[in-house]
Amino acid sequence: MTDLLKVSELRAGYGAVRVLQGLDFSVAAGEVVVILGANGAGKTTTLRALSGMIDASGKVMFDGHPIGGRRPEQIAAAGIAHVPQGRGTIVDLTVDENLRIGAYRRRDAPGIAADIARWYSTFPRLKERQTQQAGSMSGGEQQMLAIARALMGRPKLVLLDEPSLGLAPLVTQELFRTLADLNRDDGISMLVVEQNAGLALKLAARGYVLETGTIVTSGTADELAGNDDVRRAYLGI
Amino acid sequence: MSLFLTQLMIGIGSGAVYASLALALVLVFRTTGILNFAQGEMALYSTYLVWFFTERSVPVWIAILLAMAISFVGGAAIERILIRPVEQASPLVLVIVTIGMFLAINSIAQVQFGNDIKLLPRAYPNKTWLPGNVQISSDTLVLVGVLIAECLILYLVLNRTKIGLAFRAVASNAESSRLVGVPVGRMLMLGWAMAAAIGALAGALVIAPVGLQGASMQQILVYAFAAAALGGFDSPVGAVVAGLIVGVVGTMTTQYLHVVHDIELVVPFGLILVVLLFRPAGLFGTTRVERV
Repeated sequence: MTDLLKVSELRAGYGAVRVLQGLDFSVAAGEVVVILGANGAGKTTTLRALSGMIDASGKVMFDGHPIGGRRPEQIAAAGIAHVPQGRGTIVDLTVDENLRIGAYRRRDAPGIAADIARWYSTFPRLKERQTQQAGSMSGGEQQMLAIARALMGRPKLVLLDEPSLGLAPLVTQELFRTLADLNRDDGISMLVVEQNAGLALKLAARGYVLETGTIVTSGTADELAGNDDVRRAYLGI
Repeated sequence: MSLFLTQLMIGIGSGAVYASLALALVLVFRTTGILNFAQGEMALYSTYLVWFFTERSVPVWIAILLAMAISFVGGAAIERILIRPVEQASPLVLVIVTIGMFLAINSIAQVQFGNDIKLLPRAYPNKTWLPGNVQISSDTLVLVGVLIAECLILYLVLNRTKIGLAFRAVASNAESSRLVGVPVGRMLMLGWAMAAAIGALAGALVIAPVGLQGASMQQILVYAFAAAALGGFDSPVGAVVAGLIVGVVGTMTTQYLHVVHDIELVVPFGLILVVLLFRPAGLFGTTRVERV
């Protein structure tokens, strides 16, 4: 498989504090990759560096083009959608408007309408609430909306930051089933950051374990599932 | 009764001006989270531009449209050049920047145009009608008509166009908007640009009957700020309703309570103080009104 995203020597931080100490990882076209790690390991920072939300150095190749140092709106236009931690709901817009803003970069009105209909059929709860203000929905509904909004831009790669955060276990399971379907049926590549290692490793083909800004282990999902480092990372030692 | 209704009409007329300027303050606050103390002086400068064009025999309505267009571009430029570099700074820094702009724009206007009173040609005839013994002046009708037109245009732009959707998205959640590819910087410029153009129109119309000088907009800005606070700094509807309330209360105070000089300045602010004690977010605002 060819690499859709290839990252080498990624360094980033906040002000004088360097969080990422030089990461190398990749996501193949059509692949789901998970980044595991304890709180503060640098998972969110990695995603924010990729989508241009914070300054980063290193080489980031996406779909054959270097995207390091570009602005977030340019990276979005290149085909990377970032579903931020806490869902990033645009609370004052309706559900429908949240989906339409997701297609901001697109010009094909019929295609946009078809995609909105499609995500409403994938997430029927959103259709029921389409004229409601997005901020008034439950956490699970807002997470579905965040994913649907990201997909409205027809991205090649979706970055998902802690999709299970704050959701009830049943809702989380349903969400991960949907993500697996999207990957299998539409071939959408995903880079997922997740605390819930068990669920994440079932969804992903491969994974990396991040510890204080460095990748300490990587491997297939099966290898990681039986690995001591993974358990250690989740105990936060 | 007819005296009361006459005063009510006058109050609505001046309230329409406060409402326009409060609307400008709200547009800037919703997008960039800044209280623009220079909004009134920006409108003052725009009004000097109207005078400048009319002195060169440009018809007055064309002069107003030209000044609005220049203000639109100027507002965007101010956001890009002066505000963007300090966007992430503390609220105190931003207050100081806009107060600095207040002083600078005022001084530039006086250096450039002189400090004598300028008389602007009226954009419409000065007439008064007396339906049922209630005086209604053309000033009131025009100011209210312009306010209605502004609200209508703003509503259509914000709710019926793609750029309006993007503008509202940025005002609600800039980070998420950026992540789906909305050029956030351009939307912030648009907020300042629309505010400057609205201020230009309000300034030109309110000043034409009384003459233009350096301090022309200052009292009006204070009332507009009061209106924006009363309505809620993040609510366009609140700005309009509260602008009219401030205008009417001010006029009524002058008419019925004019026992102490300048009491008309005290009563509207007393009223606002009482409202804000019970509803700190303003009549129509949501509770999250501080910068974070």
